[in-house]
Amino acid sequence: MSASLEIQLIAVLVAVACALPGVFLILRGMAMMSDAISHAILPGIVIAFLITGNLSSGWLILGAGLSGVLTVALVEVLRTTGLLKEDAAIGIVFPALFSLGVVLIAVFAGDVHLDTDAVLLGELAFAPFDRHVILGREVPRAAVVMAIILVINAAFITLFYKELKMSTFDVALASSFGFAPSVLHYGLMALVSTTAVGAFDAVGSILVVALMVAPPAAAYLLTRRLSSMLVWSALIGCLVAVGGYWMARLLDASIAGSMATMAGILFMIVLAFAPSRSSGSRRGRA
Amino acid sequence: MMDAISTLFSDYTVRTVALGATLLGITAGALGCFAMLRRQSLLGDAISHAALPGIAIAFLITGSKSPLVLVLGAGLAGWFGTFLITGLTRRTRITHDTALAMLLSVFFGFGLMLLTFIQRRPDANQAGLDSFLFGQAAALMQRDIQVMFGIGCVVLFLMTLFWKEFKLISFDAEAAHTLGLPVRALDHLLTALFVSAIVIGLQTVGVVLMSAMIIAPAAAARQWTDRLWVMMGLAAFFGAVSGVGGVLSSGLVPHLPTGPAIVLFISAIVVFSLLFAPNRGLAFRMMRQWRSGQEFRVDAVLVDMYRLASQHETVDHPHSEQVLNAMSGNARRTLHLLETLGLAQRIDDEHWALTESGTERARGLVEKRWGEGP
Repeated sequence: MSASLEIQLIAVLVAVACALPGVFLILRGMAMMSDAISHAILPGIVIAFLITGNLSSGWLILGAGLSGVLTVALVEVLRTTGLLKEDAAIGIVFPALFSLGVVLIAVFAGDVHLDTDAVLLGELAFAPFDRHVILGREVPRAAVVMAIILVINAAFITLFYKELKMSTFDVALASSFGFAPSVLHYGLMALVSTTAVGAFDAVGSILVVALMVAPPAAAYLLTRRLSSMLVWSALIGCLVAVGGYWMARLLDASIAGSMATMAGILFMIVLAFAPSRSSGSRRGRA
Repeated sequence: MMDAISTLFSDYTVRTVALGATLLGITAGALGCFAMLRRQSLLGDAISHAALPGIAIAFLITGSKSPLVLVLGAGLAGWFGTFLITGLTRRTRITHDTALAMLLSVFFGFGLMLLTFIQRRPDANQAGLDSFLFGQAAALMQRDIQVMFGIGCVVLFLMTLFWKEFKLISFDAEAAHTLGLPVRALDHLLTALFVSAIVIGLQTVGVVLMSAMIIAPAAAARQWTDRLWVMMGLAAFFGAVSGVGGVLSSGLVPHLPTGPAIVLFISAIVVFSLLFAPNRGLAFRMMRQWRSGQEFRVDAVLVDMYRLASQHETVDHPHSEQVLNAMSGNARRTLHLLETLGLAQRIDDEHWALTESGTERARGLVEKRWGEGP
């Protein structure tokens, strides 16, 4: 397989893996949590790296997942004190954790290939060079990681589809059925964290936000059914991945940046033609 | 330590950078209070990310890296970004948080695309543009400070001038409308000031961390006071202190980047304020709860003793500790407390009785709370 095809394949995997949990994030009014989590995983990655001394160890994913969940918990704690509103709590927790990560890198790991540019921006163009042998064939590591994460995300959503749906649209009803909304909440947040960390070294944390929010937002304009919103998000995600890649080739610019831009362009196109824009029930919920 | 600090301060670059960080802290801290009141804390995050393509476009058009040009580009892009967020939220089914997250990531990605595009052109000298990503306080120069100072002064002046109006539209937009104030125009003005306060900080702390400089000082200041002008003064002070603190510590610790150091300083101030601010602080709240809990236990045991005694001839009839334990949980510690307060006395190892003042208090309690006589 050529490098160009491999990059597109990784991009598509990342886009779909991000779009699925993204649907629930925007339906639950938690889109900004993707921003918070994708930044706040940095200290987890750095600490796991400082302990293991290995950049490709599974502990890094675990560390990142833990610091993602820690972010959610911290925001929740700050909110329940009643001293801060939720948005202020988010806006304080993630820059603090991100700064902690940056400082740890600068002070303790300055000479290692783990720089903040890479975390924020990623460089998809290099992904095909980092290869692993699996089943006798050499494949890019990022593709394997993202495929696994995509399967986990899809499995979680399929298994708990009913529960997620109910706890998204009617928390009270869900808890009266014994679905434990908070368990699902943290499950979903853990999913977002692992997706963010799996994607970060390929595409960077900002693109994670774009891919988690823009395709589901476009899908939200197109449909009112949860199941078709998931499908549309995945499809739009694929378009973003492939279209963004070719735009980057054309302009000789950053792939992650071009994909985020493409996400914005596709959203604007959908917005211009979406049927729900002219329907009477604006801002109604699906 | 003090020596090292005074050496740092005599250094020209450090003085410049510290001045810049102070200016940033004051402006962002003050404007952040309005943002927090208006529940727009995360808007700052979106604006600072949205400013990136503005910087790149300004450079592409003019080919100049003069701070005024770049700040102007950043400001226009940031303002356009808020405009889009408001439009999306008002006119489509898209919710506010989704609009914020989308705008932030798409604009930032677009800016990044432009930056890499500029970088790979052979003719352009783009060095310095990417300092906006993470901020490069150490690279601040005299002319940057002049721009920051100029814009900061205008922002603070306008804020003081329209103080009453801004206060009113932040607390009660409807009342402002009824009073005939041009709410929309004021809203735009405040947003413009907000955007200005953000763009002057981008070069120091970078787009990623700028939101913290908006939210954190205001959030910390909020815990200490209920008055807006006090809150604003405190926020500006906290912002300035962490700015200087960050600059100094990054001068003292090798490799410590300034932007993140500033953010860690202000975060520490937030944590301290949440814990120890009088009245609102968590430590105070816990102490209050503990005290009222103690008061409750004291009263409960007093009333128990009084009721027991009323079944006997004398009110100071002694009761065994075991009976009291059975009535109101573990009474031993409360009994000792009653003794120190002079409300009860120990008769022997096992027995306790009410004192005169204890009887008095218990009678009052019983009459007041349960409305029953002895």
